[in-house]
Amino acid sequence: MTDVLKVGTYEFKSRLIVGSGKYKDFQTTKDATEASEAEMITVAVRRVNITDPGKENLLDYIDPKKYTVLPNTAGCFNAEDAVRTLRLAREAGGWDLVKLEVLGDTETLYPNVVETIKAAETLVADGFQVMVYTNDDPIVARTLEEIGCVAVMPLGNPIGSGRGLANPFNIRVIKERANVPIVVDAGIGTASDAAKALELGADAALINTAIAEAKDECMMARAMRDAVRAGRLAHLAGRMPKRAFASASSPTDGYFWD
Amino acid sequence: MNILLNGDQKKVAAATVSQLVLELGLEKRMLAVERNLEVVPKSEYEQTKLIEGDRIEVVHMIGGG
Repeated sequence: MTDVLKVGTYEFKSRLIVGSGKYKDFQTTKDATEASEAEMITVAVRRVNITDPGKENLLDYIDPKKYTVLPNTAGCFNAEDAVRTLRLAREAGGWDLVKLEVLGDTETLYPNVVETIKAAETLVADGFQVMVYTNDDPIVARTLEEIGCVAVMPLGNPIGSGRGLANPFNIRVIKERANVPIVVDAGIGTASDAAKALELGADAALINTAIAEAKDECMMARAMRDAVRAGRLAHLAGRMPKRAFASASSPTDGYFWD
Repeated sequence: MNILLNGDQKKVAAATVSQLVLELGLEKRMLAVERNLEVVPKSEYEQTKLIEGDRIEVVHMIGGG
């Protein structure tokens, strides 16, 4: 079965997008990313350590020719910084597919929707293909799509919280009204959360902490790979209805007892 | 001359962005340079002159979610 995820002008076989943060070392980042079979990986943009130019870099381990590198704007609290960050990322690696996130405060890391919308408008006008992190708000999701974002990425729960999907109904509503891929980004804590997101109809899941903070990162990466596949298949297969009462699985005729 | 390099005052010999990248030993790195809040395209490193007091940012990719 060919089941391709189309994001802007890009196409992917995997519906799992992974982050590259919080790993104990680069080798583990590489091993877990390979185990996940993800094709897209997010990265952050930061100052080079001028005093140690020979120091190893993430991209020594994550080959940009093999993976679609998705620069993010993590740590940006206004539109201006986010736009600056992604313009620099595009110059560094030539990437036009980007993850926009503009945060509201350091405690909740909830999106600042006003600044996110401003940044999205500027970036779309500047030729970027913007995958945008946002609240699980169907109205905002639609606004971001109308601006021209190529994917809308509502949170399941706060970044790094691992609490699963706070509002599965909103994820479904966002998906049912969307014409661009919907990616559940943030909040996924374990495999069942990822499966649930895809079962609900989300087109993909973006997962970082749940893999990077697992005791066995590679094993959890495989778990997420399989969960995303299982959730997607269950979604495509079409689930049975939920019933208030039981419905016998064995025939109720042909009994040979009275 | 003195420039503000990644937030710190630094005395450099370089007169252009391309010389600066060499001076810092970063020529083989995948990075981007911003001069006074404007991205400097790689194709313009050689002709982009540094001026005393320039605010330069040199950035690269690190792990992030």
